[in-house]
Amino acid sequence: MLSYTIRRLLIAIPTLLLISLVIFLLLDLAPGDPLSDQPLTIPPEVREKMRTALGLDESVWVRYVLWLKQFFWVEPLYTIDRIFGTSFAQDQLRILSWQFRSPAMDVIWQRMPQTLTVVGMAYVIGTLIAIPIGILSAYRQYSWFDQIGTFISMIGFSVPTFFTGVVLIIIFAVKLQWFPSIYDTTLEVTDWASFKAQTRQMVMPVTVLALFNASQISRFMRASMLDNLGQDYVRTARAKGMSESVVVLKHVLRNSLIPVVTVIALGVPSIFGGAIITEQVFKVNGLGQLLITAIHANDLPMVQTLTFIFAVLIVFFNLIADILYGVLDPRIRYD
Amino acid sequence: MTDTAPAQKVDQAMAPPRSQWWDVWDQFKTHKGALIGLFIFALILIGVIAGPWLWNVDGAFLDVRKKNAGMSLIHPMGTDQLGRDQLARMIAGGKVSIAVGMTAMALSLFLGTLVGVMAGYFKRLDGPLMRLTDLFLALPLLPLLLLMVTLFREPLSQRFGPETGIFCLIVFAIGITSWMHTARIVRGDVLTMKEREFVLAARSIGTPARRVVTRHVLPNVMSPIMVSATLGIANAIITESALSFLGLGFPPDFPTWGRLLFEGVSYMQQFPERVIWPGLAISLTVLSVNYIGDGLRDALDPRIRGR
Amino acid sequence: MTLKRVLLGAAATIALAPAAMADRGSDGHVNIFYWQAPSILNSYLSSGTKDMESASLVVEPLAGFDEKGVIFPRLAAEIPTVENGGVSADLTSITWKLKEGLLWSDGTPVTSADVVFTAEYCMHPEGGCAQLSKFEGVKSVEALDDLTVKITFSAPKPNPYQALVGAPSPIIQKAQFAECLGAKAPECTAANTGPIGTGPFRVTDFKPNDVIQMEANPNYRDPAKPAFATLTLKGGGDAEAAARAVLETGEFDYAWNTQLAPDVLAGMEAAGKGTVINAFGTLVERLEMNMTDPSPDLAEGERATAKHPHPILSDIRVRQALSKAIDRTTLVEVGYGKAGRPTCNIVPAPEMFASDNTGCIAQDVEGAKALLDEAGWTDSDGDGVRDKDGKKLSLLYQTSTNAVRQDFQALIKQWWNDIGVEVELKNIDASVYFGGDPGSPDTFQKFYADVEMYANNFDGTDPEAYLAQLACDKAPRPETQWQGENMPRYCDPAYDALVAELGATGELAKRTELAKKMNDMVTKDSFTTVPLVDRGRLSAHSNTLGGVSLNTWDSELWNVSDWFRVK
Repeated sequence: MLSYTIRRLLIAIPTLLLISLVIFLLLDLAPGDPLSDQPLTIPPEVREKMRTALGLDESVWVRYVLWLKQFFWVEPLYTIDRIFGTSFAQDQLRILSWQFRSPAMDVIWQRMPQTLTVVGMAYVIGTLIAIPIGILSAYRQYSWFDQIGTFISMIGFSVPTFFTGVVLIIIFAVKLQWFPSIYDTTLEVTDWASFKAQTRQMVMPVTVLALFNASQISRFMRASMLDNLGQDYVRTARAKGMSESVVVLKHVLRNSLIPVVTVIALGVPSIFGGAIITEQVFKVNGLGQLLITAIHANDLPMVQTLTFIFAVLIVFFNLIADILYGVLDPRIRYD
Repeated sequence: MTDTAPAQKVDQAMAPPRSQWWDVWDQFKTHKGALIGLFIFALILIGVIAGPWLWNVDGAFLDVRKKNAGMSLIHPMGTDQLGRDQLARMIAGGKVSIAVGMTAMALSLFLGTLVGVMAGYFKRLDGPLMRLTDLFLALPLLPLLLLMVTLFREPLSQRFGPETGIFCLIVFAIGITSWMHTARIVRGDVLTMKEREFVLAARSIGTPARRVVTRHVLPNVMSPIMVSATLGIANAIITESALSFLGLGFPPDFPTWGRLLFEGVSYMQQFPERVIWPGLAISLTVLSVNYIGDGLRDALDPRIRGR
Repeated sequence: MTLKRVLLGAAATIALAPAAMADRGSDGHVNIFYWQAPSILNSYLSSGTKDMESASLVVEPLAGFDEKGVIFPRLAAEIPTVENGGVSADLTSITWKLKEGLLWSDGTPVTSADVVFTAEYCMHPEGGCAQLSKFEGVKSVEALDDLTVKITFSAPKPNPYQALVGAPSPIIQKAQFAECLGAKAPECTAANTGPIGTGPFRVTDFKPNDVIQMEANPNYRDPAKPAFATLTLKGGGDAEAAARAVLETGEFDYAWNTQLAPDVLAGMEAAGKGTVINAFGTLVERLEMNMTDPSPDLAEGERATAKHPHPILSDIRVRQALSKAIDRTTLVEVGYGKAGRPTCNIVPAPEMFASDNTGCIAQDVEGAKALLDEAGWTDSDGDGVRDKDGKKLSLLYQTSTNAVRQDFQALIKQWWNDIGVEVELKNIDASVYFGGDPGSPDTFQKFYADVEMYANNFDGTDPEAYLAQLACDKAPRPETQWQGENMPRYCDPAYDALVAELGATGELAKRTELAKKMNDMVTKDSFTTVPLVDRGRLSAHSNTLGGVSLNTWDSELWNVSDWFRVK
């Protein structure tokens, strides 16, 4: 398994380079213009000058190599400088966002906290709810609990978050006035009062996202448990006189986790990607909102950097999932 | 069940031989949820297909004087902000939404299962196919769709006419960007399935790989595929509405359930029926497909069928 | 509407009296919501409305425009005119004098060197300055003494109030931006997001595309202002969320651009927490008729160029019929409510420039049908669509993705269907449609459609540059990489002559006359541009916020120093 992991890590490098190139070319080819949000009163000659100032008159290869250098060389240097107070970077040009004219990585770091607290929390809660619900639903298939669980989870993913989010806002922010409709990103938790304020503003976005995540994961959990509950080894285990809880929670659960691990591993990078619609609805302004506004504004350096970090996480977590398969089912061999 | 078993055996011995699909149907019939699901889904399909004959109102006709009307006999589901009949728009929208949802789901399932089984079963293909999956997972969706629309909208609409052309484009766009989850999940299951005794047995007697996959591996990974299918329909219907809303999908005067729901959200407080009907339609479709999927899975599983 | 405006004005003046006596910062905190979040506070690098208006809280120009469009001094002591000798008689120079004793928010004095530097900053050839067109024709900017600046033009400038006037071109501090000239401009992140200014507030924290926090500028020239000690400007979400936060939940005091369907807005206003305000500027939603043939059968490079006149729309009778079939009053009612009014002009304001052309307002379906009959388009095969020489009267009608525009498309399609015109609709994502990417077939410049809809306006109060956009050589075409502002490819030598004449005329009466004539030429005389709606600006403020006066000629936050808390 160790050599497999090392081999996969080595393969990841050319894979990621290729992915970054494909993303770069895709962004370059896709139609759009970083100046499209500028008013029409600006004449074309001035627009042309503004484009040149963004470096858009260089060829796509030059811009790609420059981005590679900035991402893999300059940005790490700056990070080292910031941590150790050194000055390796020596004022080399960082990746500048076209919208903000400021380093893209700084804005990404700035957005990280709210995304991790809201989207990350929702994911953790969603998973923690989904797994027991999935197990119980499968174990008591077609019971009332299962039927209600099925119904709620179907609603959970068939009704889009742009709808559920607004419904919650109208009920709890407008009518009842329990929670704020706008997320305050400047709030710092320092005492009990600010902690309460933070909790209040997180309730609605976390609920919406957790419902969506939980409904997805619980369906896979349930289906996989059902598959395994009918297997011969379960009958054998029961015949040996093992207690029901050991049979279900040890034998069946372990064997049912493979698809669930896959789904969770696919979901973890998406925490980083943020939840575009939910963030927009509740004005959380996290990474999802950053990505979508950057795409709309054709802020290519920002989109490229964000999606590439996203790609790294995808490759990494899929690797973790593959390793976990081997742990869960020792029969799986990659070598 | 135990006391009826001998009688059944006698019946079966006397009855003429029948195909396995009758057994499947018999088992399916005992699943109450699946039957109700099938019934509701059929009802929706009939409503959407036969609707235009039963409800003879043009969904595109607008009458501003009658805007935002509530539910009445003339407009059973009310009218929208331009005075268009909502029922007629629901019927027209349902046709598109269900067609897009089903075909896009089918395409994404097909791609996902194909890639997943290939990668899981054949060790040599695993690396390249999974790296391809990683690539597709990493691609930013919106620029990809923008690019596809730019490149293919005009040639396709010239070839097949604007509606069919855009339909193909949307189904392709949704299918090509949503197969990766299924692929990863199926691969994970195939990896364990491959090492099970019955697959080893089949392989050791020299069954060709194609038959091992189709007869032994695939039937045993049906349940995650079925779950993906239900998730896929909901996903396709909603993605389609997002596409149309961005101007990447159907022309703006072409209603779909997702778009009706999206447009209704701003009017939700004053005219709740604007969101209730399309929301209900999407949820019911997904719910009924889910139950049909549940029933099918049970019916196809010989272990359950025998019980 | 006028009554309401008078009432609002009266309320504001009554309420203003106590505020004037209040101390700086006595009213605590104010929350402003811009649903398009500001990304930078330097309007020379981005002139998006959101960026420019949030920057106007911090930095100020020499002079600005009030809510009636009248110029008034900000940093300047008075407005230079020919009468007071500030503008030379031959219109080739303007001399500005700064107010005495002005301080930057860091406590250093404002001098003419800062003004000269600002001009230099924008006119730098490598800077990519977004406001460069305001400096067009500027030969030199020089400091005569510490407080006096002279701008010399290379040719007579009938409208000298462009450079350094209005929120888009504020004065920036030389000390802060000295290292940021030319290609270095975008690298000065700290300066671009936290400019030192003379305005009522100064930045304490800037999170791009999210939130800006500000506090009262301790060195603001009026010691009693601003009434608010701190200010938060939050962004994100959409217009609906913005309106809801002010009108329904009361979390915010002011929301910018709450353009929503009239029914929705009325419902929110009924909650009683806030008020929707509106004012009209020069923004006109219009249809452009393509004078060239956009047929996909033509070769790329010839498609939609002057080489091939449009097979249907080249006939003025067809264009006129299309205009006649539209009921503009209904459009306003459905899409804009009190924030819109029907118009037949592309220059709807200021009053002295606006033509009295109202002939298009009344819908005339029969007249439209008669015109089409006369043009030879008849429904010979009885399928409800007119045809001529075997060709159907069928049009492709495109616009950007936007709920109101899609409603307009649906309405106009129905009216055109009624007169026997077949219409295919298309909507395009705004970032593609308004982006000038020459590789995309879907930009509004390329105009690969028969009819397109968008809105356009002009900066400030003078329409000269705006009207010059319809000159022959401003048509987008392959030679110009599809850049240009003459979307309909209107081309009339007589019009081009008027453009030249307007550029050389200084006398105001003559200018207004020329502008009206040009407006009529492209609208009621040729119907290449078919104006639909004069779109006002719509914003909302809570009932506890006083002193708000919506201004369409300058930044919407132009008088934020006068805002106060109603107690």
